[in-house]
Amino acid sequence: MTNPVIREERRARLMLEQAEQALVRRVVTPEGAVIHLRLASFAARCGAFLIDVSIQWAITIAFMIALSNIASTLNYEALNFSFAIYMIFQFFLRNFYYIFFEAGRRGATPGKRALGLRVVSRDGGRLTADAVLARNFIREIEVGLPVMFLFTLMFASGDTASAAIGWLGLLWAGVFAFFPLFNRDRMRVGDLIAGTWVIVTPKLRLLGDIVETASKAPESARFVFTTEQTDAYGIHELHVLEDVLRSSTPQIKAEVAERISQKIGWQPQSGDTHQAFLEAYYAALRRRLEQRMLLGHRKEDKYDQR
Amino acid sequence: MKSYRFREERESDWRRLELILNKAESSGVRRLTQDEMLALPRLYRQAVSSLSVARTISLDQNVVAYLESLCTRGYLFVYGARLSFGERIAQYFRRDWPNAVSAARWATLLSFLCIFGGAALGFFLVMQDEQWFWSFHQGGMFDDGRNPSATVEYLRSTLYTDPDETGDGALAGFSSQLFSNNAQIALFAFALGFAFGLPTALLLLYNGVMVGSFYAVFWSKGLGYEFTGWLMIHGVTEFFSIILAGAAGFLVGGAVAFPGRLTRLASARRQGRAAALIALGCVIMLIMAALLEGFGRQLINTEGARYTIAATTLLLWCIYFYAPRKRSQV
Repeated sequence: MTNPVIREERRARLMLEQAEQALVRRVVTPEGAVIHLRLASFAARCGAFLIDVSIQWAITIAFMIALSNIASTLNYEALNFSFAIYMIFQFFLRNFYYIFFEAGRRGATPGKRALGLRVVSRDGGRLTADAVLARNFIREIEVGLPVMFLFTLMFASGDTASAAIGWLGLLWAGVFAFFPLFNRDRMRVGDLIAGTWVIVTPKLRLLGDIVETASKAPESARFVFTTEQTDAYGIHELHVLEDVLRSSTPQIKAEVAERISQKIGWQPQSGDTHQAFLEAYYAALRRRLEQRMLLGHRKEDKYDQR
Repeated sequence: MKSYRFREERESDWRRLELILNKAESSGVRRLTQDEMLALPRLYRQAVSSLSVARTISLDQNVVAYLESLCTRGYLFVYGARLSFGERIAQYFRRDWPNAVSAARWATLLSFLCIFGGAALGFFLVMQDEQWFWSFHQGGMFDDGRNPSATVEYLRSTLYTDPDETGDGALAGFSSQLFSNNAQIALFAFALGFAFGLPTALLLLYNGVMVGSFYAVFWSKGLGYEFTGWLMIHGVTEFFSIILAGAAGFLVGGAVAFPGRLTRLASARRQGRAAALIALGCVIMLIMAALLEGFGRQLINTEGARYTIAATTLLLWCIYFYAPRKRSQV
């Protein structure tokens, strides 16, 4: 650990990991197990909101077209009546769209679901209808207020007094709109009032175990590594290798295989594919690291020489 | 290898849990078979213990991440069970709404003072000098000739509806517009409460001034008694609703400004949920007010009946919200 370049490299990696952990929250389930919840970023929240707004507009337009088609065949009275229906429909769509979906069993609007987000209670308990109501009624000041001041600005052409009010109001309303950027938990005002936050719920697939494919390969017997060779790397490198094996192109795999053989002094024999070598080395490395872990020593990375 | 054998032994259970969760999330608890319902808690606990074990013995990232997401989904599902929609609505009307309103007495009083202070202010200013009316209502949405320069006859005609004159369609259009306008103001008053309640107070004052100035126009022409009847037949419900919305805003504002022993966050959370229940109630009250306004007011054209309805609605709301009731057993 004396080499400053190595120290710097490791520090940079740890800082990156820490930054990733900044949005992760621990929840202890009643069974006593720790679950990590990852909070949704502001960008993801905005994306979900845009999808929802588009859906709302699509519904509004479809409703208007249908209504005007029906009303045009009727008289003036009916036109007035359909306007009434439209106003009420618009109000409920604007205010209860989010409530309807978030109070459902998925705890997410279609926009949130599309981006893999959902609303959960901050205290780890169940998400109540009260909380859903509270967080969505507050939307009025986060979206409605900035829009209102924007209109003030648009109609203020030439009138300096109302323009000034518009700008000041926009600034003030902007504090609410961008509230999630000003707190660690990415809560908007509604979340704060309701005691909720929005998390990412990734649906992961269970992939095959690489150790299994490695042990079933016909040439597996040829790959035998010494303890020195499996002690060359640590857990971080093992995970990188796992990612490479699961999702990289053949060229990258070839490069990685060459670097590993160089480092551990492995002589490639004729007929060995890079894939087979990497899989076999992955299995050997994991076996070694897991053994050491059972004995109480996590070898975090290749610099961890104890 | 230990981690490999560990996975081999439990994998089928994990996959079974995943299938059940997929089914429950996409088509609801009711679609689960009895076997699946019974298996779910056992499989969930097993997955949770698998996760703990996997963290200590396995270095397979994919397995740990998969178990983590599986357990999260299971946790949110198992501990996220809630009342059915019907039960929730019944509980809201029977208990939650009146409890939330009666618990907010002081905030309601403050809100009442704001709106009636505004009304009194508007009333006396316009009574003193008609010019005030024009500064309150420049370019307003109610610019239909009901202003200080109108004749007594015209003003009187706006208070009564000739049954042959307008049809149901026009009434419905007008009242639905007023409803969505008022309901949006009510929700606004609640949401603005977060900024320490000050904007809520201003909003209430402003709306009070608007009503007060209209009142002055009719009062100065000797139509005060008739105007009160015209206004109050639905106004009792409407004003009550706006006052309660303001109270909800004050609750939130007060919780943020004066958290007491709690942290500011915890205090906002506690009051925010109760206040949201009141705000939802305001929307319900405004729907009723719009019905009274759109139909009741246009069809009932005698003062006696209008005052009777106003008094009755006030009495009913007060009984519903404030009458002592049996402690519900939770």
